[in-house]
Amino acid sequence: MVELETTIKNRAGIHARPSALIAQTAIKFASRVYLEKAGNRINAKSIMGIITLAASFGTKIKIIAEGPDEQQAAEAIKALFESGFNEELG
Amino acid sequence: MRYNDDVKEQEPVNFTVLDLLSLELKEQNDLKLRCVAGRAGLSREITVPDLNRPGLALAGFYESFAWERLQIFGRGENAYIKKIEADGIAPQIYEKLFSYKLPCCIFSNNIEPTPRFAAAADAAGCPVLITELGSVEFTIRVIRILHDIFAPKIIMHGVLVEVFGIGILLIGDSGVGKSETALALIERGHRLVADDVVEIRCLNGTLLMGQGTNKVIGHHMEIRGLGIINVTHLFGVGAIRDKKQIQLVIQLEDWDPNKVYDRIGMDEMTMDILGVQVPKLEIPVKPGRNIPIIIETAAMNERLKKMGYHSAREFNQNILRWLESESARTMYFSRDDY
Repeated sequence: MVELETTIKNRAGIHARPSALIAQTAIKFASRVYLEKAGNRINAKSIMGIITLAASFGTKIKIIAEGPDEQQAAEAIKALFESGFNEELG
Repeated sequence: MRYNDDVKEQEPVNFTVLDLLSLELKEQNDLKLRCVAGRAGLSREITVPDLNRPGLALAGFYESFAWERLQIFGRGENAYIKKIEADGIAPQIYEKLFSYKLPCCIFSNNIEPTPRFAAAADAAGCPVLITELGSVEFTIRVIRILHDIFAPKIIMHGVLVEVFGIGILLIGDSGVGKSETALALIERGHRLVADDVVEIRCLNGTLLMGQGTNKVIGHHMEIRGLGIINVTHLFGVGAIRDKKQIQLVIQLEDWDPNKVYDRIGMDEMTMDILGVQVPKLEIPVKPGRNIPIIIETAAMNERLKKMGYHSAREFNQNILRWLESESARTMYFSRDDY
């Protein structure tokens, strides 16, 4: 199991578009991928789940991956968060 | 997308005066035409969807004479013809007029052309028609009809169905299940417009009208394992429609695990058909996906969009508002000085 920490860098937070990007990235990996905010854990392959986190600007998010390609999965998701989803950064 | 294998390019329109006379039109569009002279010229082609009042030509002014259009003779032109015949200058005028290969002369208001005019037209092989309609009404109807006939047209492979009032063109490779999907939709109470070959005409440059290419083939479907079925007989006249505007294109394709399908529906794809951008959805097909229900939902969502409610956008607006308030709250609680 791999756990990485990140924060939301884009001003708008995780709305529909970033959430779709996360899910589409996560779905490419065989590992189970989760996001955790303040103890709430959701499946990172579910768009609606990710939106439900209400991850606004500056929120701390924990990325958890578990499976054969857990390291790559977690890093790919983290890279997305770090890039701010190609949106305006806060 | 326009010139892919599914699209057959337009053939030039070949429309003669005889075709104009033999159009089968409903009462409100009927041209009420009959031919009284120049039958030999009924094979003359109408090449432009427009008409001309030949008053200036009769008066001897032939500059910019639009001879290739239908020539409409109303009460004024007819009165002038009577005058020139009384004055004895008619023969030269007719000779000049009929030296042009006019597609045909049409007299409105049920006016009978003078015998001398009819004879001159006969000699020149120019058809003379009479309509019961007044000039204005005839002009309105004939322009509308000719524009429909001369409208840009293509033939596409696909199935055109009407689902909740939305005209949906289903396209996709053969064997992907277009006809089966359409059949399921018909079974659920929707309507078939055309199967397999759809003729699409662009009216007004903005509206795409789709219909079957042929009345004989119309409303029959080929279902693998069943053969040809007659939808009208099997499902009743409520299950069919002659033509329908195409408002949505749905491309069915085999599920490709490497392809990214739209998961939100905020970026809208369109397809160019005859220069008109039609909203397009790509729907992956795989066992266990109930495609007819997805298409029904797509049709309802399209209606909702036309009514001004865009589900995906409204949803995201609400999310953004919510995130903004979350963000404000977080900042408030994380202030050091409280």
